[in-house]
Amino acid sequence: MPSTFFTASPHWRWLIVAYFFLGGLAGGSYFIATLMDLFGKTRDRRLVHLGYLIAFPLVCLCGLVLTVDLGRPERFWHMLIQSETFRPMVKAYSPMSLGAWALLCFAGCAFLSFIAVLAERGWLRWPALRQLSPLAPVGRLVTVIGALLGCYVAGYTGVLLAVTNRPIWADTSLLGLTFLISAASTSAALVIVLGAWSGVSGEGMRALERFDGSVLVLEFLAIVALVASLGRIAMVWLNGWGVLLAVMVLGGIALPLFVRWRRPISGPIGPVLVLLGGVILRAVIVFSSDQLP
Amino acid sequence: MAEPMGFFTDTTVCIGCKACEVACKEWNQLPAANGGVRPLSGDSYDNTRRLDGIHWRHVKFIEQFSADRRQGRWLMMSDVCKHCVRAGCLEVCPTGAIIRTEFDTVVIQSDACNGCRDCIGACPFGVIDINPVSGTAQKCTLCYDRMKVGLEPACAKACPTESINFGTIADLKKMAQARLGQLHHAGESRAHLYGTDEAMLGGLNSFYLLVDKPEVYGLPPDPKLPSRNLKSSALWSVLGAVVLALTSVISFRNRGTHDA
Repeated sequence: MPSTFFTASPHWRWLIVAYFFLGGLAGGSYFIATLMDLFGKTRDRRLVHLGYLIAFPLVCLCGLVLTVDLGRPERFWHMLIQSETFRPMVKAYSPMSLGAWALLCFAGCAFLSFIAVLAERGWLRWPALRQLSPLAPVGRLVTVIGALLGCYVAGYTGVLLAVTNRPIWADTSLLGLTFLISAASTSAALVIVLGAWSGVSGEGMRALERFDGSVLVLEFLAIVALVASLGRIAMVWLNGWGVLLAVMVLGGIALPLFVRWRRPISGPIGPVLVLLGGVILRAVIVFSSDQLP
Repeated sequence: MAEPMGFFTDTTVCIGCKACEVACKEWNQLPAANGGVRPLSGDSYDNTRRLDGIHWRHVKFIEQFSADRRQGRWLMMSDVCKHCVRAGCLEVCPTGAIIRTEFDTVVIQSDACNGCRDCIGACPFGVIDINPVSGTAQKCTLCYDRMKVGLEPACAKACPTESINFGTIADLKKMAQARLGQLHHAGESRAHLYGTDEAMLGGLNSFYLLVDKPEVYGLPPDPKLPSRNLKSSALWSVLGAVVLALTSVISFRNRGTHDA
C-alpha cells in the first residue's frame, strides 16, 4: 500500500470545494478580462467589464468562506501576520502561506479594477479614478499584475493539495494544472452566461465561446493526464467518485463541446454545464481523498 | 541548544495497558470524546482506534487471528508523534504555529494556530488532528512543559514495562541497538528498528522496535515530505498558465473579417 494511505484527512469539505471553485472563477474571470482587454477589440469592453465586475465580489466571498472554514475564524490574520511578533508571516515553500498573500494582493487589484469599471461606466464620479481605468498606464499595470495573481489564485489550490501526504492529492503533480485549466473554462462559461443575460452579443461573445471550447479540450486532456499520472492509485476511483468524474467529463466537457459544435451560438445550456462540471471536478478530487483511510 | 531528546518505543515489551494514554490525557488535560461515552469499536479490544486532537498517545492493538481462531498473535504499539527531524507539518504550517524546540522536538503552539488543518494532511503518519475544544490542531508535545523543568514525559513515566523509553537520541539509539542485538541473538530475526535511519525524514526522534513490517503497525513504509511535489506541481501549473495565455491571445485576436 502506498505511504499516502497511512495519513489522516484534514476534513476539508464543502466550504473548501466552494473556495476552490469560487477562487478559480475570481482569478479566471479577471485573467480573461485582462487578456480580452489587451488583445481584444474595443467592442469587447462590456465583456471585459463583466470579468472585472465578477472578480471582486467573488474574491471577497472566497475570503469569507476560507475564514468560516477555520477552526478559529477570529485568527484568520495569523496567515498574514505573526501573532507574537506582528511581523509579516510568509513561508515561501508553504502553498497555503503564499496563497493567503496572493489572495490578499489579488483582492486589492480586483478592487481597484472594480471601482475603475464603475467609474468608466459612469456609476462612480471621481476624476482620479480615471487613472485606474485599464486603458490608462496605472490601470493597465494593475490589471497585468492582477491577471498574474488571478492565475496564481486559480491554480495554487491544486498545488496546495499536492503538497500534502494524502492519497490522490499527493500522488500526482497535475492537480494545479487541472484546476487552473478548469478555472479558465468555468470563468469563460460564467462570463458567457452573464454576458448573454445582460444582452451582449456579437464577435466578442463568439471569441469567448471559441476560447472556452479550446480550453474544454485542454481540460479533457488534463484530466486524462491526471488519471494516467495516478497509475494504479487511480483504482480508488472504481466507485461512485469515479462515476461522478466520468459524468463530469461527459456532461461538463463533452456535452458542452457537442452543443457548441452543433450550434455555433449555443445559448446558456453549455456554459451552465461547464460550471456544474467545475464544481463536480473539485468535489470529486476533495471528497474521494477525504473518504480514504 | 539542548541535546536532541525523544522516545524509543520497544513494542516487544508493550502489554497494551494503556497507562501511557491515560497519563498523557491526564497531564495534558485532554478532554473526553463524546461526553465521555466512547462507542465500542466492535472489532477490537482497542476503542481509541487512532491518534487525534484529544488522543496524543494511542496504544494500537494489532490482533492477528486465523479464520478458525485457533492461531493468533497480538502486537501492541504505543503510537505517538514522531517528532521528525524534517517535519512535514512544520513545513506547510502557514501561521508559524508549529515550531522546533531547543530539544529538537516539534510543537504546535495552540495560541497561534488558527485551525486551517494543512498540517493534518501534510503529516506522513496521520498524527495530528483538531481538538474540538480549542478548535486548533494538536498533537504530542513530548511534554515540553515537563522537559523544561527536567521531568520526563508523562507517558514514559507511567509505562510499567519500559516499552516507552525517554532520553537523548544518542543514548536511545544505543539502547535500541543493544535490544535489537539481544532479540536477534534470541532468534527473533524479524525484529528491526523503524525511524533510526536518517534517510527517513532526517530520522525520527520517536522511533520504534518492530517485529513485523511497518504497514502491519499502521506505519507508512516510506514516509515522505509534502514538499516533494512542490516544484513539479508549480512547474506544470506555470506551463498551464502559458498555454492558457496563448490560447486566449489566439482566440481573442483571430477574428472573422466581419469584425474589422
